[in-house]
Amino acid sequence: MPAGVPDETRPSPDALLKAAQRESRGKLKIFFGAAPGVGKTYEMLVAARRRKAESVDVVVGVVETHGRAETEAQLAGLEIVPRRRIDYKGRVLEEMDLDAILARRPALVLVDELAHTNAPGSRHPKRYLDVQDLLAAGIDVYSTMNVQHVESLNDVVARITRIRVRETVPDSVLDAADEVELIDLTPADLIARLGEGKVYVHDHAQRALKHYFLPGNLTALRELALRRTAERVDDQMLSYMREHAITGPWGAGERVVVCVDPGPDAANTVRAAKRTAVGLDAELLALYVETGRHGLLTETEQARLAEALRLAEQLGAEVVRVPGRSVVEEVLAFARSRNATRVVVGKSRRSRWFELRHGSVVDQLVRSGSGLAVEVAPSGDKAEPSGPIDWLFGAPRTIGPYFEGMLTTAAATAAGVLINDYVGLPNISLIFVVPVMVAAARHGLVPSLWVSALSVLCFNFFFLPPLYQFTIADPANLLALVFLMFIAVAASALGTRTRAQTEAARREARTTAELFAFSRKIAGVIDLDDLLWIVVTHLARLMRAEIAILMPEKTSSETGTLVLRAAFPPDSNFTEADLAAARWSWDAERPTGRGTDTLPGGRWLFMPIRTSRSSIAVIGVLPTGDTGEIPSSARRLLEAVGNQTAVAIERVALAADIDQARLGAERERLRSAMLTSVSHDLRTPLASIIGALSSFRSYRDRYDDSTRDELLETALSEAERLDRFVGNLLDMTRLDAGVIVPRREAVEVGDLISTTLRRAAPVLKDRVVASIVAPDLPALSLDFVLAEQALFNILDNAAKYSAPGGRIEVEGRGADGGIKGGRVEIVVRDDGPGIDSAALGRLFEKFYRADDGDRRRAGTGLGLAIAKGFVEVQGGSISAGNRHDRSGAEFVISYPT
Amino acid sequence: MTGDAAVILIVEDEPPIRRLLRMTLGAQDYRTIEASTGAEALTALRHHRPDLVLLDLGLPDMDGLLLIAKIRESSPVPIVVLSSRHDETAKVTALDSGADDYVAKPFGADELMARIRAALRHRLQQQGAGRIFTSDNLSVDLVRRLVKRGSEDIKLSPKEYDILEQLVIHAGKVLTHKHLLREVWRDESVDPQFLRVYVHQLRQKIEANPSAPRHVLTEPGIGYRLT
Repeated sequence: MPAGVPDETRPSPDALLKAAQRESRGKLKIFFGAAPGVGKTYEMLVAARRRKAESVDVVVGVVETHGRAETEAQLAGLEIVPRRRIDYKGRVLEEMDLDAILARRPALVLVDELAHTNAPGSRHPKRYLDVQDLLAAGIDVYSTMNVQHVESLNDVVARITRIRVRETVPDSVLDAADEVELIDLTPADLIARLGEGKVYVHDHAQRALKHYFLPGNLTALRELALRRTAERVDDQMLSYMREHAITGPWGAGERVVVCVDPGPDAANTVRAAKRTAVGLDAELLALYVETGRHGLLTETEQARLAEALRLAEQLGAEVVRVPGRSVVEEVLAFARSRNATRVVVGKSRRSRWFELRHGSVVDQLVRSGSGLAVEVAPSGDKAEPSGPIDWLFGAPRTIGPYFEGMLTTAAATAAGVLINDYVGLPNISLIFVVPVMVAAARHGLVPSLWVSALSVLCFNFFFLPPLYQFTIADPANLLALVFLMFIAVAASALGTRTRAQTEAARREARTTAELFAFSRKIAGVIDLDDLLWIVVTHLARLMRAEIAILMPEKTSSETGTLVLRAAFPPDSNFTEADLAAARWSWDAERPTGRGTDTLPGGRWLFMPIRTSRSSIAVIGVLPTGDTGEIPSSARRLLEAVGNQTAVAIERVALAADIDQARLGAERERLRSAMLTSVSHDLRTPLASIIGALSSFRSYRDRYDDSTRDELLETALSEAERLDRFVGNLLDMTRLDAGVIVPRREAVEVGDLISTTLRRAAPVLKDRVVASIVAPDLPALSLDFVLAEQALFNILDNAAKYSAPGGRIEVEGRGADGGIKGGRVEIVVRDDGPGIDSAALGRLFEKFYRADDGDRRRAGTGLGLAIAKGFVEVQGGSISAGNRHDRSGAEFVISYPT
Repeated sequence: MTGDAAVILIVEDEPPIRRLLRMTLGAQDYRTIEASTGAEALTALRHHRPDLVLLDLGLPDMDGLLLIAKIRESSPVPIVVLSSRHDETAKVTALDSGADDYVAKPFGADELMARIRAALRHRLQQQGAGRIFTSDNLSVDLVRRLVKRGSEDIKLSPKEYDILEQLVIHAGKVLTHKHLLREVWRDESVDPQFLRVYVHQLRQKIEANPSAPRHVLTEPGIGYRLT
């Protein structure tokens, strides 16, 4: 809502969208209290009974009565879904049975203690995630929570009560609740109830109890709860006004930018920023600036950073990462571009010295950020000792770099000695900067400091009078030495930073190169299985983990169930539970399993991948190392590869779609050709038959004998032609259906040719037929019927395309004229006009006819296609060409022996 | 000749084809009885004792093969099967389960008559009629075991003769590979390759032009026939 000036008359689309989302979802009502014992559960039950009296289908998912009689009395008469029992390390834990409730599908379910942490092995680690599922299923939920459980208030409460509650609920859950009812009780009443034993506390909490229920604490907590609820009421009113396009008194939309750094206070800073944002009713933006230092972050720092960014996300902030050289510059640019009014930064833990040299971020922000309020978040309650200094850890542990430093220093000394006679001392001191720079660039800070020390000593010993002593006579020379020392240290620092940036750049380059190599590898792949195999092997190598890819059975539909499509190693043991986790990840469209919020106890991490169009697949990762942790850098890599994979899979699917479409078009072409052919080739002979027979019946007496014979002969031969055509259609259908299985037997070529010629005799009756069969041809393993039909069709074709009286030759021979060629050929030659070059390529196509134009040749356009099909189904091949010796066509059928 | 005319039972469920068969056969002086179902056929068989059954394999009430088996339980009457063109398997099964011959639909009248004559002749031969086969210049005397081409005696090996003998006994009828193996080798499981080799040799000896045989013809996918 830029500028926050809404169009007066129309409801804002955002508001409508949110309302629409709420419509299909169940409604969440939270009974909110300042402290345990204020009577949230009791009030919830009372409200539930009221709803039940209105004949709403109410069930109890989980309610802790803690044995309080009044509460239990309220529970009577409500249907309770039995809890699920979970065996965990020998103990039996009871948890709300989410699946049972989802299956039962009540209208309203009571779920006590929203902040509860589920037993390991449950679907979600947190109960509020269970509640999300219930709401998503359209079930209304009543739940309870205390102010101490609110994520953003967590540390405030901890400071008040000195007890940190581990069980928290993200603010977004509370914010998204449709109703929040504050159950208020004055501190005095609560303490009185406590005295009457009406407040349940865990035994182990007894110790802390004394402190917790102090009147002062309770007052503070009550105030917090009241304030938080009031904020919510405000929100609700605003949202109502927006939905109904009521012009309200809200001011310019505030935006708060929180600057996230990998320091120990990161999470605290984010929480503080959230409180500020809530107080201002402002949008929260979390910004992380990736400076050159980013590549140098330790694993702990990276985890802390990821944690803080995740927290920011949970608190409803928009998280932005920008690369940049200076934190201050980037923060200012970002704040300006997003119209932010306030920046929250963490309290610096840098040393005074560092701040003196570099200036603190806060100072610089305040100085250069005109119009920007800068807020410094308080640091956490217990200051973590700042870790051992990074650069010490970064120092090489081998002797090599130090030895190399000694050599380069010695070389510099030697060079100095050589030119000592020609140049002055200051110039010589410059020579020593070289080994320092080399060490800094090649090995980092510690070796370069080592070289600096060596250089200073050598300069002093070899060049400053008195020579060969570590004493200095001339004060001017002392100054030279100090300068050298200063330059050396500065050069060290400079070189080290350059090296760090180079390292980081190199690491980035390596990742980029990996991704590039990967994308090139998958670029040309068009087969899905090949693609998946490349992905799993590549990822397995990159991440040193077992990789699995799961996809729904039908890629085009959402309904197909998820199945394992590829894995590396291929024999990955993939259990039912793993599969269930993967399916959950697919359905919920978010990462699941190891190291995530859902099923964190799982062995695999599952990450759904998708393109902008649709969900594609789920990638599973099972680390093989000892720790089994998946570092955040690896997860980012996984995401990058996952994205590329998703696009590639979609590409393959699209290619398949295109193939399918092309196939469809071809099929359509054939269908229309077939329709044309059928209508023509069935009707023509039928017309002749009907004409001849009806003429014979009506005018039999007027015809002489020869005319009658001719009529009958016409009818008969046309009927036979029709029969051949129907036979061809049947053959073609069988070929297309792929139901032809050759029944092989030993077939002699001579026998095949003579048998076929005998059957073809009526077709060939006006032609001169010559057959030559080479002696001693081996018997072929063929289906006699198919082979005969194929040869018949070729002969039929030869008869059609040669003039009466023409000569047709059939030859059986070994390939290449020899007998032991491994193949036997049957050659059919005619002396017709031959085949023109345009027709050659299409001769064996279905419904193709040479001389298509004048329809002179009566044929179906199927004979040769069938011949080819029959020959190929028996493992043979067929080709056509023109004779070399004279005009005419030559067909060669070739069968393996 | 009416009294001696052979009686042919037509088992066919298509009325037009039944009518065509009745007319064609009647013109050749055969007497015909018609049945359109398997059950009718069995009844007609009992009452009329036909000399030959012309049987369509596709019947509405009964599998044609089953009908052949049922007929064979009580009668050696020759059976000629009407089959569709592409079903070599059905043809072979029908022949092996007791049918004498087949005619593929659609059929010409000449072909049908030739098959019927051959089947009826075979019945007569079984009753002890002539045992000498002659066709063109080939003659086979089954009693004296003499084979002649023109005036020339032809020497055949025992197996070649046995094959020729079977073909002569069933002259004009198709014999399946299985039938020949059973009768000549007394073993149906023998490799049909042997049969092919002996038929090849037989043709070399008795055919004028072995590469275009006129007597021993190949029925693709089924077996051999002597004409």
